[in-house]
Amino acid sequence: MSVYDIVIGLEVHAQLATRTKIFCGCRTDFGAEPNSQVCSVCAGYPGVLPVLNRRVFELGLKAAVALGAEPARHVQFDRKNYFYPDLPKGYQISQFRHPIGSGGEVEIDSPDGTRLIKLVRLHLEEDAGKLIHDASGSSLVDLNRAGVPLAEIVSEPVLKTPEEAQAYLIELRAILRAAGVSDADMEKGQLRCDANISLRKTAADPLGTKVEIKNMNSFRHVRDALAFEITRQAKVLDAGELIVQETRLWDPDAGRTASMRSKEEAHDYRYFPEPDLVPFEVDDERIRRIRETLEELPRQKRTRFCDQYGLNLYDAGVLMADDAVCRVFEELAGKYASAKTLANWLTGPVTAYLNEQGLGGEALGAGRMDHAGFLELLVLVDGGKVSLKAAREKIFPEFMKSGKRPSVILEESGLAQISDDASLITAVDEVLQSHPGPVADFRAGKTNALQFLVGQLMKATRGKANPARVKTLLEERLGR
Amino acid sequence: MGWISDFKSRNSDIQSTIDTCLKTIALKDPELAAFVKVECDDSGRAASGAIASKSGKLRGVPIALKDNICVKGWEITCASRILKGYVAPYHATVVERLLSEGAVLIGRTNMDEFAFGSSCETSAYGPTRNPHDPSRAPGGSSGGSAAAVAADMVPVALGSDTGGSIRQPAAFCGVVGLKPTYGRVSRFGLVAFASSLDQIGPLTRSVEDAALVLEVIAGADRRDSTSADVPVDVYSKALGGPVKGLKIGIPKEFIGRGAEPAVEEGFRRCVELLAREGAEIVEVSLPHTEYAVSVYYVVAPCEASSNLARFDGVRYGRRDPAPRTLAELYERSRHDGFGTEAKRRIILGTYALSSGYYDAYYLKAMRVRRQMIREFNEVFKRVDLLATPTAPTGAFRIGEKTGDPLQMYLSDIFTISANLAGIPAVSIPSGVNAEGLPVGFQLMGRAFDESTLLKAAYAVEDKLGAAG
Repeated sequence: MSVYDIVIGLEVHAQLATRTKIFCGCRTDFGAEPNSQVCSVCAGYPGVLPVLNRRVFELGLKAAVALGAEPARHVQFDRKNYFYPDLPKGYQISQFRHPIGSGGEVEIDSPDGTRLIKLVRLHLEEDAGKLIHDASGSSLVDLNRAGVPLAEIVSEPVLKTPEEAQAYLIELRAILRAAGVSDADMEKGQLRCDANISLRKTAADPLGTKVEIKNMNSFRHVRDALAFEITRQAKVLDAGELIVQETRLWDPDAGRTASMRSKEEAHDYRYFPEPDLVPFEVDDERIRRIRETLEELPRQKRTRFCDQYGLNLYDAGVLMADDAVCRVFEELAGKYASAKTLANWLTGPVTAYLNEQGLGGEALGAGRMDHAGFLELLVLVDGGKVSLKAAREKIFPEFMKSGKRPSVILEESGLAQISDDASLITAVDEVLQSHPGPVADFRAGKTNALQFLVGQLMKATRGKANPARVKTLLEERLGR
Repeated sequence: MGWISDFKSRNSDIQSTIDTCLKTIALKDPELAAFVKVECDDSGRAASGAIASKSGKLRGVPIALKDNICVKGWEITCASRILKGYVAPYHATVVERLLSEGAVLIGRTNMDEFAFGSSCETSAYGPTRNPHDPSRAPGGSSGGSAAAVAADMVPVALGSDTGGSIRQPAAFCGVVGLKPTYGRVSRFGLVAFASSLDQIGPLTRSVEDAALVLEVIAGADRRDSTSADVPVDVYSKALGGPVKGLKIGIPKEFIGRGAEPAVEEGFRRCVELLAREGAEIVEVSLPHTEYAVSVYYVVAPCEASSNLARFDGVRYGRRDPAPRTLAELYERSRHDGFGTEAKRRIILGTYALSSGYYDAYYLKAMRVRRQMIREFNEVFKRVDLLATPTAPTGAFRIGEKTGDPLQMYLSDIFTISANLAGIPAVSIPSGVNAEGLPVGFQLMGRAFDESTLLKAAYAVEDKLGAAG
């Protein structure tokens, strides 16, 4: 298979975080009984008119600002006309000529360093309903989703690998969530992605024929579908054949894409300005306010974590993977000496414990976890009162379950380390007396013998001795 | 005095008024076919939901509604096979307002299918006949409403006006027809034909009645974003005021355009009356109104083609019983459901919006429309009102123009501009022609200045009535 230059562009539909639909007062709750969140307006009954949900427009502007796009100053909607049973009015109210945001960019990490993925635009539109094909061969329509507000975010065709596409989606989701624009939960259909992909011999060649891929319901699907499609197209091109411009569906079970429709059947959407909604202008003051009150975005936060807490990019990234964990970190960082140790605890044993117990990050909230107790545990480890291993494996889980103070658990469990020299010196002397051989070896320059002696001492104290202190005392006794 | 004031001042019995209406309908409607269906029973109690309140500005006033205005629990068909059997699940805003002021809703009147026409002949129910000569059309598309009022079946009916659909039938039937400013009356619950042009308005036997009904149905509605938050005047208060000093423009483009002599004569008589009352008559020019019909027949079908897409057989209305494919469900339901004129307009609009034609048709038409609006704005800096005939002729014979759509379209030549400009306009009777058929006089006003418009119309009506 030859090597090709790969060109990928993504179209993402993000559900805006509103309680009600874009043009009527129906709820947008996920998982409701089919057709239970439907009214005459979103069902497209004769005589109804759309009324724009102001919140949708505000979130749209905010999304534009968060993605670095130029927010619209003139807000106008268009009708996109086509027939389908899940589209009640026979047209979708969308934005064609005046998108809510133009341009924009998303920064991602790639093997060659960070890359800025440029956006073409983002626009507001209403979702269609959902078709359910039942076993008898009939099709049912659920209009709960009809009229749910969406932002369609279109990237430039500049992504080069399936991994980059995935990184772009992850970063995009993080931005939308941080800005409070969308919950962007793929499992709930709040974030959906279509991809355009084409291959060409080299980056200097004109763009090849593109294929659109739909039905990718997770980040993994996106990566796998693109990887499959690259191989498929490369084989077609290798064989000297032409790529057919078409829409293909990803079949996650079969692990392949299959043709859905070719371009000949493509629609002419006959866009024209929606006459039922009055266009309006957005003033600079509003945009300024949105910029000023915009939440901290993921990239800014990561940089701040490095600067403020001395974390490296990797640790900051791991910490930020969970919002709740991140919040606990920020709360406790000022009350504890080492941000790095705190971050390691939170992303290591704490996260592992949550996963094991099937808990979300909320379980770390001040109401549910004793923050002072947690810090006490860290201090106990720092002071050599308990080994890190015992603290992670025994005391922390017990602390989370019982809510007892770690010092109390420590006392009750007998896991406390022996760190006071008086007790240790007696034990050290006993070990030195009963192992003359290794003592002689050490004195003859075989430093390995010291490790053996430490081991014997730990054995004698049944693991409770503080190994660092033991080592120091042995060395002193042996005259170093 | 208007019917409503008279009815109130005589403290007339509501029940006997309803009885009279129903009796007149029973007597005349078999021939005229103004009604698609009488919905209220003998007690005046309308079908489910539509029960009038016990007081209000229109208490006990019988009102008929064009069959494209939703009344909860009533069938609504827009005179189309595709909606036969469809029952509206909610009240139009105008219906809520009428009911809360005590109006009695009598029934649904005939119309051109989806308001596509100027004669009521495209109705799936067959044509309504003109009360002045049953061999003639009542005009359209609100022909049923006009005929019902003209034949004394009801004192008031609501119609809708997209290019003249209230005013032209009012002229043909010898009644008053008012198209309010775009945005003056909520369109919520009016089945859309062309969303940027449609307005609901009253057809009555007097200007005063039209003013009273407008007071009730006008005003902002949060369910219609295009309804305007402009205060509603007490229009009836303005009536009888002096027209002295009003400047009335005669657009030269509208005169000598092949209107029949009686129409021109009626028009001149009305203008002279206004002049005699002290109004100042000036000639003005609105050059781009020459393209009004052309612009209209691009913009209106474009919007209509999209508005009618929802009639797909999926959720309501006519549905083909045994389609083999999804495409067949659409094709057959719509093929059987829509009449010829509806299909013609859907195809026209679909074509004009298609990629490659959009710029040449829709965009260009909208540019001309904006230019036309600018011209109207300019003219209204110099004059308070514009006067023209309503329609170029009196009522034509049923079948006379059905073979020639373009001739039919031209019967709206004087009325279309007001819809494109979004301004209010009223038609009042101005006399009769050689065949004894009514002809109409049209006044157009500034946006949201229905008060001045109705005041002048009232003065003409008053003096014309006195003259005989």
